Amino acid sequence: MNAGIAQLQMQFRDYTISLYQQGFLDDQFTELKKLQDDGSPDFVAEVLSLFFEDCVKLIGNMARALDKSTGTVDFSQVGASVHQLKGSSSSVGAKRVKGLCVTFKEYCEAQNYEGCVRCLQQVDIEYKTLKTKLQDMFNLEKQIVQAGGVVPQVDID
Amino acid sequence: MNGSGGSCSSLMEVAYDDDHHHGHHDDELHVLAVDDNLIDRKLVEKLLKISSCKVTTAENGIRALEYLGLGDQNQHIDALTNNVMKVNLIITDYCMPGMTGFELLKKVKESSNLKEVPVVIVSSENIPTRVNKCLASGAQMFMQKPLKLADVEKLKCHLMNCRS
Repeated sequence: MNAGIAQLQMQFRDYTISLYQQGFLDDQFTELKKLQDDGSPDFVAEVLSLFFEDCVKLIGNMARALDKSTGTVDFSQVGASVHQLKGSSSSVGAKRVKGLCVTFKEYCEAQNYEGCVRCLQQVDIEYKTLKTKLQDMFNLEKQIVQAGGVVPQVDID
Repeated sequence: MNGSGGSCSSLMEVAYDDDHHHGHHDDELHVLAVDDNLIDRKLVEKLLKISSCKVTTAENGIRALEYLGLGDQNQHIDALTNNVMKVNLIITDYCMPGMTGFELLKKVKESSNLKEVPVVIVSSENIPTRVNKCLASGAQMFMQKPLKLADVEKLKCHLMNCRS
């Protein structure tokens, strides 16, 4: 029984560390975890859920703004949504998404259509990848708790 | 006004009175947090609550001004009758559509009732001209987004020291 929990905890620890090492998450995610307590045990999951909803909405906006069939592209409109996404991703520690937004913003300012379209595709893939990774991480947490264990605090160096 | 020493009353002119206490402890800061981004609002609210502050959030400058009783002449009176708790601190994002945080800062500082309320501007971009402009217009502090727990602790200490 205990060996099972220990193994899950180790899996969780390794998985979490890998997410930081691979650049999916940065220290702002760590800050987010500090805000979770017994009073709000699902805080991180709730905020990330809001973030992913935001991704869907904003990427939809960007796609519509980049749609040439409706007329000329309004890069400032694209840029406004990119700015929002950059802010959100920065706030939750979604490092790769944020990095893409920085590049995307530059393409908007340069009014580079192809660059924007590329970034749009990449940011779409990136948020979905992060979502899957985090779901796996949250599932590990759930398994630990259900097995009667405590989710370990993972220190990232 | 409140009876106990120092704390809230010194920051505000006589716009609100004892009837509007509603469980607001004298030693608790009541913060008005303004940000157009939902996630950032949720985060700053949690940061402040964990740091033992009472929090009210607003999604833009106009709503913030309405809450503060600066929306228009009539709303000032409404604020009194709507039992709005005194605000001890305003934290506002700089980049907001419509009214920017900077414009909100100026409106607050122009108000005889509210000019003593400290206003902190937060921004993801630490541009020197932006920082200087805000500080020159009376901002208490300019802080970088995203805010961390340590930032809020630092801010609280700074404010508490200023009050005593």
